[in-house]
Amino acid sequence: MSEITVEAVPERGADPNAALLDVKDYRVGFKTEHGLARAVDGVTFRLDKGKTLGIVGESGSGKSVLNRSIMGLVVSSNQIEEGSIHFDGTEIVGTDRQPFWGKRMSMIFQDPMTSLNPVMKVGRQIGEPLKLHLGMDKKRARARATELLTQVGIPEPGRRLDQYPHELSGGMRQRVMIAIALAGEPDFLVADEPTTALDVTVQKYILDLLNELQRDRHMAMTLITHDLGVARGRTDDLLVMYGGRVMEQAPTDVLFSAMRHPYSEALLESIPTLDHPKHTRLNPIPGAPPDIVAPPPGCRFAPRCRYAQERCATELPELESDGNHHYACFFPVGTDANAEALDRNIERGHTAVGLPVSKEGRVG
Amino acid sequence: MAGSGTAHLRDDPNILLRVENLVVEFPAGRKGKVHAVSDVSFDVKEGETLGLVGESGCGKSTTAKAVIQIPTPTSGHVYYNGTDLAALRGEDMRRMRPEVQMIFQDPISSLNPRRKVRDIVSEGVRVWGSSKAAAGSFTQDRINELIEAVGLDPVAAGERRPHEFSGGQCQRISVARALVLDPKIVICDEPVSALDVSVQAQILNLLEDMKQRYGLTLLFISHDLSVVKNVSDRVMVMYLGKMCEIGDGDHIYERPAHPYTRALLSAVPDASVEIEVDDEVLAGELPSPINPPSGCRFHTRCSSAQEVCRTTEPQVRQLVGVEDHWVACHFPHETVVEI
Repeated sequence: MSEITVEAVPERGADPNAALLDVKDYRVGFKTEHGLARAVDGVTFRLDKGKTLGIVGESGSGKSVLNRSIMGLVVSSNQIEEGSIHFDGTEIVGTDRQPFWGKRMSMIFQDPMTSLNPVMKVGRQIGEPLKLHLGMDKKRARARATELLTQVGIPEPGRRLDQYPHELSGGMRQRVMIAIALAGEPDFLVADEPTTALDVTVQKYILDLLNELQRDRHMAMTLITHDLGVARGRTDDLLVMYGGRVMEQAPTDVLFSAMRHPYSEALLESIPTLDHPKHTRLNPIPGAPPDIVAPPPGCRFAPRCRYAQERCATELPELESDGNHHYACFFPVGTDANAEALDRNIERGHTAVGLPVSKEGRVG
Repeated sequence: MAGSGTAHLRDDPNILLRVENLVVEFPAGRKGKVHAVSDVSFDVKEGETLGLVGESGCGKSTTAKAVIQIPTPTSGHVYYNGTDLAALRGEDMRRMRPEVQMIFQDPISSLNPRRKVRDIVSEGVRVWGSSKAAAGSFTQDRINELIEAVGLDPVAAGERRPHEFSGGQCQRISVARALVLDPKIVICDEPVSALDVSVQAQILNLLEDMKQRYGLTLLFISHDLSVVKNVSDRVMVMYLGKMCEIGDGDHIYERPAHPYTRALLSAVPDASVEIEVDDEVLAGELPSPINPPSGCRFHTRCSSAQEVCRTTEPQVRQLVGVEDHWVACHFPHETVVEI
């Protein structure tokens, strides 16, 4: 971190209407002894200033790799990066993104305990980016750190600066993480499951806080989550990922009112909700996520999909657009083709891939 | 919240587990002590699932562990089928252990990575094989049946080690291990918190199936209110070592009476519907369990708190006209029976 210099920070873009982040056909692969693991396989999205993009998917869907790669955090000789990312007008694929860290882009992580240094006082940890990226001296950094702690709602900030992370509760540690991430007033923040390790009441507080800080600073954010409830209430647009590919992409309200992809539907149906009476039978998604080194030839989700037909097993569906709603499926949910596909599978008792389907159209 | 009392305990011949005035304290520094669980009472009928819900540090795990006497509670009684486990020592307690088993949160770290699945599942049998009570009733067939019952292939899976399985499969192995000694009660401590949503549904369905098939009674701990609602017959809400509210799950979620329960429910981001609860704001931080607030322990963060909440601890009272819904609050959101 010590080699970061202040003057290396690129200038902010001139066009205020341009997307802050313009990602086109972005791919990230890792060379392994078994072949290339396609962790991110052709993702395209645009993120404007002040907006939040939610990225949803199971473990292994590529949502974290996508964001870490955009940040330039995945640096390894066996990593392959393709496609294009314009950050505020500048192409950043293939370039070193370290000069952007702190001042232009920043990140908060899932586990605030392991992402803070346990043997360094909170004040010094917040002061570090201030000194490194903004060139502040020790005294000004400390004053600014106190201000930041106040902004993230930590009582008695002056006292907290001289405490160690273990002296703070989980919610408070996450607030310290947010303070560190926002110290350099970034334009773009990646929040990787920021509340997964926290209680619901603390989660609500942290998400409210992020919303508020984002509005004040006109900051763009990607919110990675596996919780569809969080995604629904806290994002402007949603990206549903599976096996490194985008399954469905739309403004959040459009996606929830007219879900098109069977995977999005299956995810939503698998979670218990408060409005279901007790002992409601859940609908799990059968099977396991796909092998990204040797993925199935057709649709990645076909082996677990109750609508799967012969075509799904052999042909890879591309992302198709219906206005601002994009989905990669031959038999989108809510269409006649989808209803016919399910009827056919119920009749033969299994999908084209061999997954058993019950009389009620359920799998798993 | 944060109340005491035993009015909600039921007088029913089918009560399998009855916990009375449970107190668990841990030493903390000089003279200080952590009041982890303070005067909590509840009971569980045979075949019932009781869900324990609350934030981290509310004492839900400590309560469940005190049931199996890890550690022995500071005071109070844990009656299992009429026997007070808290009074049992040594060999007498050891003989009770097969009756109550436990499933833990992290499926991978709770399995020994160097042992084969078959050995992990059958360890309880090896330990108990010599005892008269257990001898003869366990065979390899029984192990195979269990591995199959949790959805794994006994021949292929039995010879493999935990690292070859996914998190969900490891949790299935944990379920099989917990069931091998034919327990009456299974304590599930956040069994699905570390799993993906799709796998979480598989494990929750599996637990329901196992409950039916083996006639289990479950004590289910989770911080996820939706999960607790789904699996539980009755729900107990805890805060800072005290009980807030207990009763029929559907009723508590439909008409939450305690301000804390309402605050919890309003914080849940729900992907399906908006729940009809006004936005209770939970101000401030969780107080320290070393110096818990006086009176009702929730009064420091409660929007309805009055002077009496600071001085007097509320007693558990029943909601008027509702058979199974009890709340410990001076100013509950529903009408309660006056004492």
